[in-house]
Amino acid sequence: MKHTLSVTVQNKPGVLSRVAGLFSRRGYNIESIAVGETENPELARMVIVVDGEKCNIESIIKNLHKLIDVLKVQDLTHESMVERELVLIKVKADATTRTEILQIVQIFRANVVDVGEHSLVIELTGDEGKVRAMLNLLQPFGIIELVRTGVIAMARGNRASTTGVRSSRIA
Amino acid sequence: MAALEMRQPEEQSKKSTPVEMTAGQAFVECLKAEGVEVIFGYPGGAVLPIYDVLYSADIRHLLVRHEQGGAFAAEGYARATGKPGVVLATSGPGATNLVTPIADAYMDSIPLVCFTGNVATTAIGTDAFQEADITGITLPITKHNFLVRNAQDLPRVIREAFHIATTGRPGPVLVDLPRDVSTTKIKFEYPEQPDLPGYKPTYKGHIRQILEAAKLIAGSKRPVLYVGGGVIASGAHEEVRRLAEKANLPTTMTLMGLGAFPGDHPLSLGMLGMHGTVYANWAVNECDLLIACGARFDDRVTGDLKRFAPHAKVIHIDIDPAEIGKNRPADVPIVGDVKAVLQVLIEKVREKREDAWLAQIDEWKREYPLTYYPQEGVIMPQAVIEAIYEVTNGEAICAADVGQHQMWLAQYYKFRHPRSHISSGGLGAMGFGFPAAIGAAVGRPDRQVWAVTGDGGFQMNAQELATVKTYDIPVKIAIINNSYLGMVRQWQQLFYQGHYSHSDLHDNPDFVKLAEAYDVPALRVTKPEELLPALRKAADHPGPFLLDIHVAEEENVFPMIPSGQSVAEMVGLKGRLES
Ligand SMILES: Cc1ncc(C[n+]2csc(CCOP(=O)(O)OP(=O)(O)O)c2C)c(N)n1
Ligand SMILES: [Mg+2]
Repeated sequence: MKHTLSVTVQNKPGVLSRVAGLFSRRGYNIESIAVGETENPELARMVIVVDGEKCNIESIIKNLHKLIDVLKVQDLTHESMVERELVLIKVKADATTRTEILQIVQIFRANVVDVGEHSLVIELTGDEGKVRAMLNLLQPFGIIELVRTGVIAMARGNRASTTGVRSSRIA
Repeated sequence: MAALEMRQPEEQSKKSTPVEMTAGQAFVECLKAEGVEVIFGYPGGAVLPIYDVLYSADIRHLLVRHEQGGAFAAEGYARATGKPGVVLATSGPGATNLVTPIADAYMDSIPLVCFTGNVATTAIGTDAFQEADITGITLPITKHNFLVRNAQDLPRVIREAFHIATTGRPGPVLVDLPRDVSTTKIKFEYPEQPDLPGYKPTYKGHIRQILEAAKLIAGSKRPVLYVGGGVIASGAHEEVRRLAEKANLPTTMTLMGLGAFPGDHPLSLGMLGMHGTVYANWAVNECDLLIACGARFDDRVTGDLKRFAPHAKVIHIDIDPAEIGKNRPADVPIVGDVKAVLQVLIEKVREKREDAWLAQIDEWKREYPLTYYPQEGVIMPQAVIEAIYEVTNGEAICAADVGQHQMWLAQYYKFRHPRSHISSGGLGAMGFGFPAAIGAAVGRPDRQVWAVTGDGGFQMNAQELATVKTYDIPVKIAIINNSYLGMVRQWQQLFYQGHYSHSDLHDNPDFVKLAEAYDVPALRVTKPEELLPALRKAADHPGPFLLDIHVAEEENVFPMIPSGQSVAEMVGLKGRLES
C-alpha cells in the first residue's frame, strides 16, 4: 500500500539531501517527492510517497523524526485528505487521431497547452487514479514524453498541519 | 593577546553584553563555555586563523600525528569520561582523515564534536585547493552537521553541536568552518539555551509500559537481562545491578556493555554473541523473557535473527525509538533513558528467586567455562589478558584494537566498572585501540590505561608514539603479537580451507626498535616466565611503555557462532574445535 507522508522541515540548505539521504541509506524507495515553501517561509514541506509493501513505514517515520531539521511528520494515508499531481503529457497526434484525443482531454477536464504538427501537450491535474486512467487511454496513441511533479497532499479540515510548529530563530 | 584578556568576554557574556571579537576567538570562548578541557588537533591552511588564536589561548591542545589518531583519541576521551571529545582538523585531507572515527562514533553512539576548516565561503563549490564537501561526506555518519556560512551564527551552532552530541542518543556532530568565517568580526554572546525545535529526545518512559514490564518479569521463569552500551551512555550501571539483584536476573552484556554490570558478579553471564560465553548464549536461547536495556540486537549478538531467543518475550528499553522493533519486535517497547526507566522499574518489580533457572545456569557455567589450552614454552594470548588483569587488579582502563586480541580482552578481563572497557564495537575499526587509549589517559589521569592491540592494528596508528612521547602520556601498550592478521587468519582457517591469503605478518617491524626510535621505552616478551615481570615493569614505569608480546601464532577465539548462524552451530564450546 502506498503511504503519503507530509514532512514539515526547516527551510534551509541541505535539508532535502538529508531526507533523501536517509531514504537511500536505509534502502527505502521514494516513489515521488515534492518540496516547497509553506505559508511560513521559514518552513518547507515535503510530500513523500512511498510503497509500504517494500519498506517499513513505521521505521521510516521514526528515522525521519531523528533528523534535527525535521519538525513534523504526518502520515496522511489514513486521514481524509486531498491529493493532487500535475502532469504534462506530450502525445502523438495527427489529423486522424486529434479529435479523439481532444475528447479524452475534455472528459478528464485536462487542458491542451501546446499544439505541434504531430503532437499535443496535455496538462492534467488529479489524484493518482485519474492520472493513471488518462495515461492508459493515451497510451495507444503514443506518449512521446511524460513529466510529473510528484504528488502534493493536504489534510482536509480547518487546521494547518504547521499549527504549533516553530522553526529555529536563525535558519 | 594575553590569556587574561581572553577570559573577559566569557565573564561579560554572563551579563549578556555582546563583545566584539573574531569568530576564531569566539570559537575558543565557546569551547571554554562548554567546559572543554582538551582539543586533539592538527593544523593546516584553512584553520590557520584558529591556530593563531590557540597560540595564546588558555585551552589545552594536543598535536596528534594523524587526524585519524586525533579523532580516535577524542573518542577514547569521551568513552572514558562520558564528556564530549573534541577534534580540530583542516579542510580537505584533514577533514577526510576524520571520516573513519566519525563513522565509529556514530555506530557506538559516542559524543564527538569535530571541527573542520574549509575553503573561504566565496570558494566553496569551485573545487578550490583542499576543498572537500565534508558535510556532504559525513551526512550519513553524523547525528547532525553544520556548515557555518555566517560568522555571527558560530556561537549558536557550537552550543547546538554540543547539545546534540551529548543528549538523547549521543553521537558525532561536525561543524565546518570556512576560512573567512574564522576571521570575521562578530558580536560574541554564548547562548544559554540551544534553539532546536526539531529535537526533543524522550527521557521518561511510559509508566503503563513499565508496569507491563514489571508484570512480565514477575511471571517469567527464565529471564535474562541483556545489557548494551546504552546503559553506559546513560550512567545506569547502578540501576542495572539493583534490578538484577532484586529480581535475580542473570545478566549478559554486549561488547559495548562490558563494565555496565560487574563481570565478576555471580549473576554475570559475561558477553553474549559470536564470541560470547557458552552459558550466556544458551541462557538467551532458553530464556522466556529477554530484557534489553540500551542494546540494539546487532547481528554480532543475534546471528540468525529468526532463531535468536526463540522462546522469549522481549522488553526493549531504548532512548532511540528507531531501534525498538528494528531487528526484533518488542512485546513491551519502552522509549526512554535507561536510567530513568530502570529507576521506576526497580520500584515496581517484585523481589524474587528462580532457583531452578539459576541452578541450570550455574551448571552450564561449571561445565563450559571460558577456557584455552596452554602450549609448552609459548605465551598464550588469553594468558596475557589474565596477567594484565592480575597486574592491574582488574582496575585498569583497557582500550582494545580490533581482532582476536579484542575478543580475548572482552572475554578474559572481567570489567567491573563502566567506562573501563573501550572498544570499537559497531564499526570494528582497526587502528582504534592505541589512540583511543591516549584519549582515555588524557581524560582519566587517575586511572592506569592499557592499549591492548594487535600487531596489525597497532601499525595503523603507530605514529601516535610521537604524541605519547611529546606529552608524556602514560599509556601502557601491549601488542599481542601473533605475526598474523589473526582474526582474518582464523576465518581463513575455518571457512577458506586454510588459505592464509595476505594475512601473514611475519615481516613485522621490530616494535621495540620502533618504540625506541620515538624514545618510548619498550621490551620484547617471548617466554611465559617473562610475562608477569614485564607487565609489572610497564605498569610501574611512570610514563608510556610498549611491550611486544609474542604469543601462540595460530590460536583461535572460541567459543564461536559463525556469522549469520545460531547457537546450535556454536563451535569450540570447550575452548577448541571438537575433533
Ligand atoms: C581498518 C580495518 N581494516 C580491515 C579490517 C578487517 N580486520 C578485522 S580483524 C583484522 C586482523 C587484525 O589483526 P591484528 O591487529 O594483528 O589483530 P589479531 O586479530 O591478530 O589479534 C582485520 C584485517 C578492520 N577491522 N579494520
Ligand atoms: Mg595479529
